Amino acid sequence: MFERLAIQASSFAGDIDGLILLIAVLVGFWFIVAEGMFFWLIWRFRERPDQKSQYITGKEKHLKRWVTIPHALVLVCDVFIIIGAVRVWYDVKQHLPEPDTVIRVEGQQWAWVFQHPGPDNELDTGDDIWTTDDLYVEVDRTYHFRLSSRDVLHNFSVPAFRLKQDAVPGRTITGWFHATSTGTYDIQCAEICGIGHGVMAGRINIQDAETHASWMSENATTTAAQ
Amino acid sequence: MQKPIATTRSASGIPTGRLAIWWLLASEIVIFGGLLACYLLFRLGHPEWADAAAVTNTAIGATNTFVLLTSSFTAVLAHQAAERGDGKKAARFLVFTIIGACLFLGIKSYEWWYEISHGYTITSNGFWSFYYTAAGLHAAHVIAGAIAMGFVAKDAAQGKELQRVELVGIYWHFVDVVWIFLFPLLYIAK
Amino acid sequence: MAQATTAPVQDTHGHDTHGHHDEGWFKKYFWSTDHKMIAKQYLWTSIFMAVVGGLMAYVFRMQLAFPGIEVPGFGLVSPGEYNALITNHGSIMIFWVAMPMLIAAWGNFLIPLMIGADDMVFPRINRLSFQIFLISAILILASLFVQGGGFGGAWTSYPPLSANPEYNLTGLGASIWLIAVALEFVAFLLGGINFIVTLMNSRAPGMKAYDIPVTVWMIVIASILFMLSVGPLIAGAIMLLFDQTLNTGFYDPARGGDPILWQHLFWFFGHPEVYVVLLPAIGFVIDIIATFARKKLFGYKIMVYTAVATAVLSFFVWAHHQFIAGIDPRMANVFTVTTLLISVPIAELLFVIIATLYGGSIKFTTPMLWALSFVATFLIGGVTGIFLGASGSDIYLHDTYFVLAHFHYTFFPIAIIGGFAAFTYWFPKMFGTMLDETLGKIHFWGTVIPFQFIFIPLFALGLGGQHRRIYNFQNFPELASMQPLRVTATLALIVMILFQLVFFWNLFRSLRSKEKAPMNPWKANTLEWTTPSPPPHGNWPPDQMPKVYRGPYEYSVPDRDTDYWPQNEPS
Ligand code: HEA
Ligand code: HEA
Ligand code: CUA
Ligand SMILES: [Cu+2]
Repeated sequence: MFERLAIQASSFAGDIDGLILLIAVLVGFWFIVAEGMFFWLIWRFRERPDQKSQYITGKEKHLKRWVTIPHALVLVCDVFIIIGAVRVWYDVKQHLPEPDTVIRVEGQQWAWVFQHPGPDNELDTGDDIWTTDDLYVEVDRTYHFRLSSRDVLHNFSVPAFRLKQDAVPGRTITGWFHATSTGTYDIQCAEICGIGHGVMAGRINIQDAETHASWMSENATTTAAQ
Repeated sequence: MQKPIATTRSASGIPTGRLAIWWLLASEIVIFGGLLACYLLFRLGHPEWADAAAVTNTAIGATNTFVLLTSSFTAVLAHQAAERGDGKKAARFLVFTIIGACLFLGIKSYEWWYEISHGYTITSNGFWSFYYTAAGLHAAHVIAGAIAMGFVAKDAAQGKELQRVELVGIYWHFVDVVWIFLFPLLYIAK
Repeated sequence: MAQATTAPVQDTHGHDTHGHHDEGWFKKYFWSTDHKMIAKQYLWTSIFMAVVGGLMAYVFRMQLAFPGIEVPGFGLVSPGEYNALITNHGSIMIFWVAMPMLIAAWGNFLIPLMIGADDMVFPRINRLSFQIFLISAILILASLFVQGGGFGGAWTSYPPLSANPEYNLTGLGASIWLIAVALEFVAFLLGGINFIVTLMNSRAPGMKAYDIPVTVWMIVIASILFMLSVGPLIAGAIMLLFDQTLNTGFYDPARGGDPILWQHLFWFFGHPEVYVVLLPAIGFVIDIIATFARKKLFGYKIMVYTAVATAVLSFFVWAHHQFIAGIDPRMANVFTVTTLLISVPIAELLFVIIATLYGGSIKFTTPMLWALSFVATFLIGGVTGIFLGASGSDIYLHDTYFVLAHFHYTFFPIAIIGGFAAFTYWFPKMFGTMLDETLGKIHFWGTVIPFQFIFIPLFALGLGGQHRRIYNFQNFPELASMQPLRVTATLALIVMILFQLVFFWNLFRSLRSKEKAPMNPWKANTLEWTTPSPPPHGNWPPDQMPKVYRGPYEYSVPDRDTDYWPQNEPS
């Protein structure tokens, strides 16, 4: 059922999954401790004839420790999580590696429009290839995408890449990805955009260099011929 | 209805009505604060709005500022009269304040009529949208304040509920202060 | 402000009418200024809205599990209807269920009773607040039936979709939705001022700051938090309304506006809002746990301080909802830090609750079961928030069902579990009869067990990449195969809904019951238990208003015959 979870089709997918795992371990530890303590106390101090309730104010130093020490430890865990989160964030969103190719992605109600640079690898030239809902990229290349929207908010989301970015009308947002395995994966629109939001599905086709080159020459000629 | 005992208590030492007015103002401050913060952010990002702002009539704005300040002054006099227990006088000063409010609204109507008839409407551009929205929200408060003062003045004239004179007064000063912020932001900054 | 005028004629009238009312039905049930009646009005309205919201969930969950079928009782669900259903489900559950139930209903009922006053300080403003609220509730329901259908742009209502009828295709529905929400805000601002001033001024003689029951603290802190965070959104809502109806361009980038501005205004309110509903629920849970564990609170002051700290911090985390909305990526780092910091005061709140159990003698009554299950389930919702607060992992998890499961694991414990905890605990006081314990426990287990089976699968779906607000996942090849999880969630929901019948049966039986509840059935300390159930008009006879001698949690004090020590008992 979760074959998809195993797929990490971009260079940073592993980092993001690693971060999720790190948080799961740190937070999971606390979760188990807190729930364990909670249920143990409920069980231990259930109403029994031979046990009277005690008068504890929690003001005593040795008792306060039971709250202050976990408090400090939670803070320490927070620091680890923050460091992990910021590192991944920096890689994926803040820092743009040099692109091999630049593409344009535009969202509209309710389709994706992709502009590929074509064989000359330059946008806005005669051999550009325009497609709707199907994006074609080559494996092991670094892509920049320039994301925009024609009408309302959309969100360019490729779960196999662990990539997500809102498309905002009036702005062009640049992001990057580097596909690491070939195949066809879902592109979702992950921001509600009206009645057709549920059908705004696209596909990303990751091809090896040869297939991609032949796809490009085929389509570049057809567009040029038109 | 009997006056609840709750109303007669004052555990904080501050009269209940005044406390309530202050909290009311706190909630109003964040509303106007939010609106003005949005306006300022846009204004910084759109230097070209200065051209639109140049169209506004600073003289009229200044007149209205003067009208509102005067009405605030009569509100203070009303409060003083109420403190001395002179309900009649307090009512009279409140009526002056209400007249000030009406004058303000009258001038505002003329100003808007003039601007709208010259094609500067709420949809003209971002500046005008903010201009009408912010001044409109403020004008709604002026109207509400004038109506509240009418009720308070009616009671005060019969010597009843004199403490309320102070409360509408506080509210009125707030309406005034909001205008003191709007005036430079909408009229003077060009 | 409108204080009750004291005309002499009315004065004598009010005095000796305790118990018998010669007002007509309308005056008694609709025009009343009695805080207890207003509390009941809020309570019934919110229970009604909860049923509406729950049934909406039934309809769209059926569509998700069995796409394209005619949902029994509803019919085919079109994409537009689906969007309208989820949007209004979310809005109703938050603004017309969680807030009125936790803050307005119990705040109105409990604040005067718990602080030993006979009413709110502004009874007529209180009545006005409910009336505005009622109008807003009617409007939101009506908006579903206007031309074009109900608003379907999600409860967050992001422009340009929400701002332009050409995009959302529900021009009228969208405007009515917005006006309804704005009116609801006004109702809660009026109510909030009343709550705050009542607590500040009308406490019983002798009640110092640290003698106030935690429930009252929490409701009032929540009211202040609401008041200070909602203002900018009210301004924003006016701007959005003008965009919708007057064709201004505040949020339209083509005309110099900025759609992301709304997101900032919305979440500047939206995040504090989640603590606005969390704090009252925590308050109920603390009071209930202290009573049934027969324990003094472990650290009363820590509790109040951490609540205040949470409230203050909550103003600085809003953009964690917008990590990938196109804000400056450097900002995300700041908000990751503040978001993770907020885990500290909340963890502390929970640790203090857990520590209170130590050394107790725990009675498993129905309210106690609800209160305990609040802690157990809310923990899941809380810790999953950390995955989202970490900017790096939110890139993947944003707007997936993981977020959805996160916030149902917080909201459901708060609004429904916390609501039932309060309801079963204070029912005897409010209505004067007892609820049945056996039926109560059947209902309890029939609610919390299916709950896990609804939302654990949704966590899994979210991790599998399923995104939100999609009426049919068969359109996405990678998501189609996870259908069994969706069916599980829907079936569990149906089971849960059926168990609610037990609740209504129990409620109905008890309301009809002739058996009177005692004054203090749970042997609790706070002042509301020192007056008959239900309390008479004025709560206490005017010459016997309570005085306070100690804090609210003096349970099991050594060397006393009883294990409780009411606040009003002279030492
Ligand atoms: C009342 C409801 C409620 C509550 C209490 C919370 C509490 C928290 N929420 Fe949640 N949240 C929502 C309701 C709520 N949330 C809603 C409705 C949405 C979605 C809105 C929408 O888009 O429609 C949302 C979405 C949401 C997002 C945006 C996700 C996205 O859209 O991408 C984020 C991101 O940071 C987040 C974080 C948090 C955090 C950090 C907390 C913290 O307060 C949790 C703190 C608690 C704990 C951490 C548990 C106790 C602590 C321990 C056991 C100690 C161990 C912990 C550590 C070591 C860290 N929430
Ligand atoms: C308080 C908040 C709250 C509550 C309680 C619930 C309850 C439920 N929610 Fe809701 N939900 C939201 C808030 C809430 N939700 C929000 C904010 C959204 C986002 C909307 C958006 O995207 O715009 C959402 C969206 C949402 C979706 C996503 C739709 C989508 O994105 O496509 C789903 C899907 O399964 C869902 C399911 C459910 C289910 C099965 C329940 C069940 O738990 C319902 C069961 C409830 C009942 C059966 C009623 C029981 C109560 C009573 C009988 C009376 C109570 C009386 C007392 C307490 C005294 N919800
Ligand atoms: Cu496009 Cu959702
Ligand atoms: Cu949040």
